Amino acid sequence: MDLLAQHGHILLILACVFGLFMAWGVGANDVSNAMGTSVGSKVLTIKQALVVAMVFEFAGAYLAGGEVTSTIRSGIVDPEAFTGQGHLLVYGMIGSLLAAGFWLLFATSMGWPVSTTHSIVGAIIGFAIIALGADAVKWDKTAVIAASWVVSPLCGALMAYLLFRSAQRLILDTDDPFHNAKKYIPYYMFAVGFILSMVTMKKGLNHVGLDLSNTESFMIATGIGLLVMALGILMMRRIEPDPEADREFRYASVEKVFAVLMIFTACSMAFAHGSNDVANAVGPLAAVFSVVQSGGEVAGKSPTPHWILLLGAVGIVIGLATYGYKVIATIGEKITELTPSRGFAAEFAAATTVVTASGMGLPISTTHTLVGAVLGVGLARGLGSLNIGVVGSIFASWVVTLPAGALLSMVFFVILRAIFGA
Amino acid sequence: MPIGSSLAGLFGRSPIKPLQEHIRKAHQCAEMLVPFTESMIAADWQLASDAQQRISALEKEADELKREIRRRLPKSLFLSFPREDLLDLLASQDKVANKAKDIAGLMYGRRMTIPAALAEPMLRYVRASVAASSQAVKAIGELDELIETGFGGHEIKLVEKLIEDLDNLEQDTDEQQIAIRTQLFAIEKELHPVDVMFLYRIIEEVGELADRAQRVGGQLQMLLAR
Repeated sequence: MDLLAQHGHILLILACVFGLFMAWGVGANDVSNAMGTSVGSKVLTIKQALVVAMVFEFAGAYLAGGEVTSTIRSGIVDPEAFTGQGHLLVYGMIGSLLAAGFWLLFATSMGWPVSTTHSIVGAIIGFAIIALGADAVKWDKTAVIAASWVVSPLCGALMAYLLFRSAQRLILDTDDPFHNAKKYIPYYMFAVGFILSMVTMKKGLNHVGLDLSNTESFMIATGIGLLVMALGILMMRRIEPDPEADREFRYASVEKVFAVLMIFTACSMAFAHGSNDVANAVGPLAAVFSVVQSGGEVAGKSPTPHWILLLGAVGIVIGLATYGYKVIATIGEKITELTPSRGFAAEFAAATTVVTASGMGLPISTTHTLVGAVLGVGLARGLGSLNIGVVGSIFASWVVTLPAGALLSMVFFVILRAIFGA
Repeated sequence: MPIGSSLAGLFGRSPIKPLQEHIRKAHQCAEMLVPFTESMIAADWQLASDAQQRISALEKEADELKREIRRRLPKSLFLSFPREDLLDLLASQDKVANKAKDIAGLMYGRRMTIPAALAEPMLRYVRASVAASSQAVKAIGELDELIETGFGGHEIKLVEKLIEDLDNLEQDTDEQQIAIRTQLFAIEKELHPVDVMFLYRIIEEVGELADRAQRVGGQLQMLLAR
């Protein structure tokens, strides 16, 4: 408590700086997987993808990032265990940010795919154990989170499989794919607008001051769905069959119609990603802030101040603008096989899964969910070839990232404790 | 700075486009037989030699494509249709190129003279065989449309029609083969016996080219059946 009175401000500033740095990292690196699919399928140019990402990542982070931020802040460590020793929590959270950031830099320089979510969760568990022992960790909640890491790609796979099969049956495998596309795709557009709004509103726009009842949420969601559908129909109106392109590939014109749908799913991917990943950067910051502000008390349930989410959102956008667009371009070059009719299924499935997880307060990996969704499309025989060795490498990355994050976090915790005092 | 991404690593190189490129190359070998036969009939050995060498070069290129495709098919690649089917298809496509090379090599090696009476039917016959090869290319060209619809019923019907046409083209070459053999039989006593034997052989080989093109269609049909 004296410690906090003495060093509180410095620690808070450190937390803000490192939190901002993590957010920058998320924008620079992580968003690329979410947006790369849209660039690879030529639905968006890099500039357009950047604009979409900046707007919707921000919106997702600010409007829907609260629950996961709460989990990172106080859902993994047991705040009760830190009573009277709030400063340890502060060291640990700052250390976690450093650890995750370090790991992110290192793995990226080695060319390894890394999940920011897994890094930060591993880091938090790490410092909690070394600070106060295994009892400081809420193992039941942690188990649920670990389970969600397995369930979310499976859920993405199942949804994407069903979505793509429905598109095959209703549109692609019919006598007149082009006109069936114009007929049925508006319904998919409605679904995108409706489902994403509904899930977002159900769990809390409280922090922006909107307290909506279920009926109100339903009606607003329906309204948004209809708006999206109307906008989509307008955009599709201008598309006519292109006989020249169709000679090369009979479904070229149909894919152009799907491309409009994929613009909307691209927005939803950015939104979903922002809602889940902003917490990786600002969850620890929120924890530090609440301890420092209350002068040492570790309250679990006070709401996350919205300026913290704002900080995270801004950090992500800066990361995107300064570096992220390059990574998006690189990844987009490799994902050219994901044409709009496949891409929308994968993106819609992944976005819905991620936003639902965000609503439930579960930090998951957007990238792994998207991988699951793409595999789902592949299982519906929608893609020429998929490298399923990647699944093995994902498991391998879990095995490496969690201990790495934990160990680094322990190291930084000890260092901080030595500097600022136990 | 290398960027690792599980998502980017997920997409393997699809073997479809290389497979289509391979059969186009094999067909180029077959197509070349038409100008080759024309120059053999005209006894223009220089032109014939050029054509024969061109066919050999194209066949080598097809072989190289085949080896590339085989190299790039690791077990960890999950394909939308069985790997064995793809490899079988590749093998039968390659046989078309090989046959074209064999025909040109044999004819040119013997400086084969086509009897005047057989010149026109022979040219027509070679053209018919090449048409079968062209039809096979058309059918294989539908592979990306097949994947686009996830092997949907409509597309399959379309491809089956193409394969049916291929069968008819092969049937046509069979009939032409019988006709030419009959014509040759009528005049064989007037010709050198060894030349006659090789003429019969070439007639058979050209028919075999169409057979092999048809077999590509058959492989494709088996792929669809799964």
